[in-house]
Amino acid sequence: MGLFKKLFTSKEKRKKAEKYKIGMMKTRNNSLSSLKDLLRNSKKIDEELYGQLEEIFIMADVGVDTVVEFIEELRVEVEKENITDPKELENMIVDKMFELYLKGEVINTNIRYNEGDLTVILFVGVNGTGKTTTIGKLAHKIKSEGKSVMMAAGDTFRAGAINQLKVFGERVGCEVVAKEAGSDPSSVIFDAIKKAKEDKIDVLLIDTAGRLQNKKNLMNELGKVNRIIERETGSNVYETYLVIDATTGQNGLSQAKIFSEVANITGVVLTKLDGTAKGGIVLAIRNKLNIPISFVGLGEKITDLEYFDIEDYIYGLFSDFFE
Amino acid sequence: MAFEDLTGRFQMALRRLTGKSKLTEKDIDEMMREVRLSLLEADVNYKVVKEFTEDVKKLAYGEKILKGLKPGEQVVKIVNDELTKLMGEEAVELALKHDGLSVILMVGLQGAGKTTTAGKLANLIRKKHNKKPMLIAADVYRPAAIEQLQTVGQQLNIEVYEEGLIEPDTIVKNGLAYAKDKGYDLVIVDTAGRLHIDDSMMDEIKRIEKLAKPDEVLLTVDAMTGQDAVNVADTFNQALHITGCILTKLDGDTRGGAALSIRKITGVPIKFSGTGEKLEDIEVFHPERMASRILGMGDILSLVEKATEEIDEDEALSMMEKMMTGKFNYNDLLKQMKMIKRMGKFSGIMKMMPGMKNLGNMDKIDDKQLEYIEAIVGSMTEEERKKPELVNRSSSRRNRIANGSGRSYSEINKLVQMLEKQQTMMRRMQGMNPSSLESMAKGNFEPKQSRSERRNKMKKKGGFRF
Ligand SMILES: Nc1nc2c(ncn2[C@@H]2O[C@H](COP(=O)(O)OP(=O)(O)OP(=O)(O)O)[C@@H](O)[C@H]2O)c(=O)[nH]1
Ligand SMILES: Nc1nc2c(ncn2[C@@H]2O[C@H](COP(=O)(O)OP(=O)(O)OP(=O)(O)O)[C@@H](O)[C@H]2O)c(=O)[nH]1
Ligand SMILES: [Mg+2]
Ligand SMILES: [Mg+2]
Repeated sequence: MGLFKKLFTSKEKRKKAEKYKIGMMKTRNNSLSSLKDLLRNSKKIDEELYGQLEEIFIMADVGVDTVVEFIEELRVEVEKENITDPKELENMIVDKMFELYLKGEVINTNIRYNEGDLTVILFVGVNGTGKTTTIGKLAHKIKSEGKSVMMAAGDTFRAGAINQLKVFGERVGCEVVAKEAGSDPSSVIFDAIKKAKEDKIDVLLIDTAGRLQNKKNLMNELGKVNRIIERETGSNVYETYLVIDATTGQNGLSQAKIFSEVANITGVVLTKLDGTAKGGIVLAIRNKLNIPISFVGLGEKITDLEYFDIEDYIYGLFSDFFE
Repeated sequence: MAFEDLTGRFQMALRRLTGKSKLTEKDIDEMMREVRLSLLEADVNYKVVKEFTEDVKKLAYGEKILKGLKPGEQVVKIVNDELTKLMGEEAVELALKHDGLSVILMVGLQGAGKTTTAGKLANLIRKKHNKKPMLIAADVYRPAAIEQLQTVGQQLNIEVYEEGLIEPDTIVKNGLAYAKDKGYDLVIVDTAGRLHIDDSMMDEIKRIEKLAKPDEVLLTVDAMTGQDAVNVADTFNQALHITGCILTKLDGDTRGGAALSIRKITGVPIKFSGTGEKLEDIEVFHPERMASRILGMGDILSLVEKATEEIDEDEALSMMEKMMTGKFNYNDLLKQMKMIKRMGKFSGIMKMMPGMKNLGNMDKIDDKQLEYIEAIVGSMTEEERKKPELVNRSSSRRNRIANGSGRSYSEINKLVQMLEKQQTMMRRMQGMNPSSLESMAKGNFEPKQSRSERRNKMKKKGGFRF
């Protein structure tokens, strides 16, 4: 019996997953959700079926390498277990996806709070993925969990970036530490940490300018930001979230790889999952680089952020299985 | 991911074919498998890839290829030609009115780059077509969207029409009337990012299109978009009269396969590329270059153009000529580095050069390293600079250079390797892409050697084999 099905026999779990399902439901007629139909309609497990499986996964932007690897493993398992009925592949695929993500580990995506002291969370990523919006959403979440929050406007470059963050600050009801546009991001961050400590704030969320990972000088700037935070907080135990847009293709892997070189990425925030893109590249990111997904963005409102849950995610991808 | 680009892939596929003078169908199938993977890795849509590879196979199976003397070369050429054809015509102009008010409507998903591109376009068209542009702020959803556009407007000294957070339809209607009144002849409307499946937001943009009667409706798409590009472009194209696409963030290291998918699925031409965050970072879209970028063959033409634009033209031309003839020496290397440094963006330029990503730490060269390289080259004799073989062959020369420059022996070796790699890459390019060679020749820098001469030389050096 599939581990996945077992997990989903729990009513509560299914209810919790509804939100994901809604977020991803609009595309159920294409991509991964067609898996069920495919398996139902196939007579035997052959090259054609493997080809179609490959298509489903590639269409969800799971990295090409990872897909090839995945299908290969599937082949081996099918042979080992002597499976001939395509329908029996259902559980096997879902279970294997689980394995691919979990890798036998227990993944805790909760924020690691620096209990009794200031917790710093840094947001990085390429341009336009949703860093600033996610800060608004996460601030709202953390505040509703009873903690005090502050924001730092570390994007001093993009037109309107500071005002954008200030609007979120107002919506959430928290202070935003900012300097005028064009000032050194490190100095804003320095000030913000100081202020947050003075005010005994629990969590400081730091916004940074979007930067493409191949821009050496901008990546170096991020390195500098990191050093300031480490120095000022006296620890390197803080969260750094890489924000990735679900519509991103293979480049997502390069983003994760290169951002990891200058920052200790502790988790991915996968945004815009309310669209039709599946964000499968995060599976490749986990597979190749071991970086887990921490949150998913499901809309533009400050309430549209959920803790990532692999079960829910796969449920969203395969929701047809459970109707 | 050892063979990230097609050059590498083909090399592997062809290695198994040495000694054969003709390709069999099986060989072509094998090469097409590599092409297929390469395109998928570039984010070209799965279905588009499937059709494309099948079409190319059919062409390649034909006599044309099997009779050819250099079949491998022909396969590459067919792939490249077909891809270029698919990418569409060169430099499709904007259809703006000669007299009266022209209107451009910017549409697209969230964060694609509409607002930034609205500013870039206004500025570009003002310069190129001598228009008097105004911007309308019709995004009333994203926090501080209006301030963002205002800041862009201020930077460019272009007026931004806004009415705060009221119905976007009303803003657009009033804004257009205002523009006419004030004698503007170009209006660019910035709209909110929206999901193609968000019905009420799609209705809103349809209403705006209807009342603004835009001359151009430009779909802005992030070049990093994956498989979903097809859904997005198709849905927007069905809801609106999309007249063109703009591919943004091409200054990144993405291969940009979305461009091909969009073209193939919608037939809409891609008109501009966004190549940076600054407001001058916009270029007319070149399908041919995009084709080779997607294929992973590097974009030598872009490099040439960029170089000739921003750098002394003669210098760049002679550089290219040298690169193409394989007579690339230390003087040239140093010049090239300085050239690139002057352009101010190693990474951006580098990625356009064929095979650059295989050059290891090349993109990590900063001012300091340039200084070191200068010191090393400075310690070479003039003869050594002109004849790199001398340095290659003699360890005592390398020792002397190390001592003279104060750099380590291994650094000297690294530089030697760098030059060698660069030479090999250039030679490989020559063999790889006849069509770009031809267009280069058209651009008046005929390589000094004949093709066959170069090919012979290439063989001797163990370069790319065909
Ligand atoms: N549909 C949807 N839109 C989102 C989501 N998250 C962010 N957005 C939108 O994406 C756009 C860009 O978001 P920002 O938060 O400004 O992105 P950013 O990463 O801070 O951008 P830069 O600072 O310019 O690099 C905005 O229009 C957001 O409203 C999401 O989960 N779903
Ligand atoms: N590197 C690079 N960044 C770009 C380019 N075009 C836009 N950007 C950046 O992408 C991010 C989003 O750009 P915007 O112009 O705000 O995008 P938008 O489509 O208006 O976003 P919404 O209004 O939220 O939907 C910003 O950080 C821009 O600076 C480009 O060509 N290259
Ligand atoms: Mg931001
Ligand atoms: Mg905008």
